[in-house]
Amino acid sequence: MTLNVNRRSLLAGGAAAMVAPGIWTTPLPAAAQGTGGGNPPTIVDITRARTEPIPIAIPDMAGTGGEGARLGQQISRVITNNLRNSGLFRPVDRQAFIQTAESAAATPRFQDWRVIGAVALVTGRVDGSGDRLRVEFRLWDILPEQQALGTAYNATSSNWRQIAHIISDDIYKRMLGETGYFNTRIAYIAETGPRDRRVRRLAIMDQDSENNRFLTDGQFAALTPRFHPDATRIAFMSYQRNEPRVYLFNLDSGRQEVLGNFGGMTLSPRFSPDGRSVVLSAVRGGDANIYSVDLGSRRERQLTSGAGLDVSPCYSPDGTQIVFNSDRGGDQQLYVMDAGGGGARRISFGNGRYATPVWSPRGDLIAFTRIGRGQFAIGVMRPDGSGERILSEGWGMEGPTFAPNGRVLMFYRESPARDNRGGGYSARISSIDIAGFNERPIVTATDATDPSWSPLIS
Amino acid sequence: MAATKTFLAAVAAAGLLAACSSDPETTASTGGAGAGSGSVRPGSQEDLVANVGDRVFFDTALNGIRPDQRPVLVRQAQWLGQYPQNQVMVEGHADERGTREYNLALGQRRANSARDVLVASGVAGSRIQTISYGKDRPDALGSNEDAWARNRRAVTVVR
Repeated sequence: MTLNVNRRSLLAGGAAAMVAPGIWTTPLPAAAQGTGGGNPPTIVDITRARTEPIPIAIPDMAGTGGEGARLGQQISRVITNNLRNSGLFRPVDRQAFIQTAESAAATPRFQDWRVIGAVALVTGRVDGSGDRLRVEFRLWDILPEQQALGTAYNATSSNWRQIAHIISDDIYKRMLGETGYFNTRIAYIAETGPRDRRVRRLAIMDQDSENNRFLTDGQFAALTPRFHPDATRIAFMSYQRNEPRVYLFNLDSGRQEVLGNFGGMTLSPRFSPDGRSVVLSAVRGGDANIYSVDLGSRRERQLTSGAGLDVSPCYSPDGTQIVFNSDRGGDQQLYVMDAGGGGARRISFGNGRYATPVWSPRGDLIAFTRIGRGQFAIGVMRPDGSGERILSEGWGMEGPTFAPNGRVLMFYRESPARDNRGGGYSARISSIDIAGFNERPIVTATDATDPSWSPLIS
Repeated sequence: MAATKTFLAAVAAAGLLAACSSDPETTASTGGAGAGSGSVRPGSQEDLVANVGDRVFFDTALNGIRPDQRPVLVRQAQWLGQYPQNQVMVEGHADERGTREYNLALGQRRANSARDVLVASGVAGSRIQTISYGKDRPDALGSNEDAWARNRRAVTVVR
């Protein structure tokens, strides 16, 4: 029945929308027993979810067609994993479920889910005949006994994992009132080999460590990847021809090209929020200054001058300001200047040296690395330098990158060598909530540094 | 590239005209290919390492050439005067107690400082290239003061 409705709306073109390449969505009408319509409440305050993660029941989606059951189970597991890892949800133990998944997908018995402590329930049905995939998913608000969300996704079967991420984002947004970050990827540097002869390859994976791919072969060291705002390109640094320069990698074509030859080493690239230029640091003579390079004309514009090393520039999300790292005052500190250069003012005044500033996509915070008293730390401060908070402290941590919703950071952490052969050394990526909780290691196939979190894929 | 890396390991074992103390265990572990100075080819990297010194060391976070290190560069310049066909790459490095991007710039500045002394001592600038590896190619692999002192360096490599 619902299938007909959706097919009709899909044909009419009205409600159907493409949410990601090759993935189409249509809203599902409220099921019989829910009042549906309107905008049911269940928005849990994110601050409350941090202290009291939302109990949510996610039975395996029911399946039809050849692959339906298997894909239904896998999609539910990916959603469970995403929500649990956010630290804001507590998936209810499957052993406790009373109603069967198949039966719940047809008609939830709210009482059965209420008694096991769930405040929300995710049900779904997967039709996996042939290489087409149709996933109907519903989010239920247990207390008012209402459907809070209902959507159908149509795509080829190979996109099942991405559909699971999109559904995770749907749930996150509906429950917390904020955009999620699950349908995203991480670009990073995969590191192998002994520490004095490291092979460093550009690599990319889904936010949950799946679909890992190496993008360069390691013949030349790659460093510091950063996503373009459309997520199809990556700026990074490469040692090709023994001339360390900023390169651009096109994820669609797999090709890379040098951004330009600007006389001397170029490093620490970042795209502008409009995606039309790259801001970077270039070393000429004894100084490093910040330049912006137009991607069309490849013309450069010098933004800082004078003595000192100015590195690691990053735009504010509105594109009007740039935060960067400079030792112009004697040691490394953070400065904010106008996007066109000029008006630089120091914002970091705490205890130690500051580096690797990144502006939150929400605009409200700047994350940084602080080094002092032989310890490293990852922290955040407001763009005027006030409200500094340290989120994690330890050896060798640096390079924070924000999730697109500004709620989570990834960074990398080196462990110190315990002997003079470098034994015990490793480099790994971690993530942490910007409130300073839920720090957890990110699984990677090799040692990993320089994470860059993509925007939401759409 | 690979040859250079292997070579640097040998250098670590052989050279160490460094003012800093060197842990014998580290020295032993980074390769036993001590330069038999009797057999080295004049004008080669081995010659530079064994008879002149291929590297200078820096103080923490600084890029100025220390007075005790300057003579090494002056000797390098004299040696390059003897072998005018030699082109060199000066590689700048930093220790691990900094962030990757800043240390890349710092390593470049150290390489440039060393180059400037070579040029001031009579070597044509066109014979010298510079490159920085920041903290990413340590020579000493430990996480201690001795290792850090050995890693804050600019190394002259015959190309």
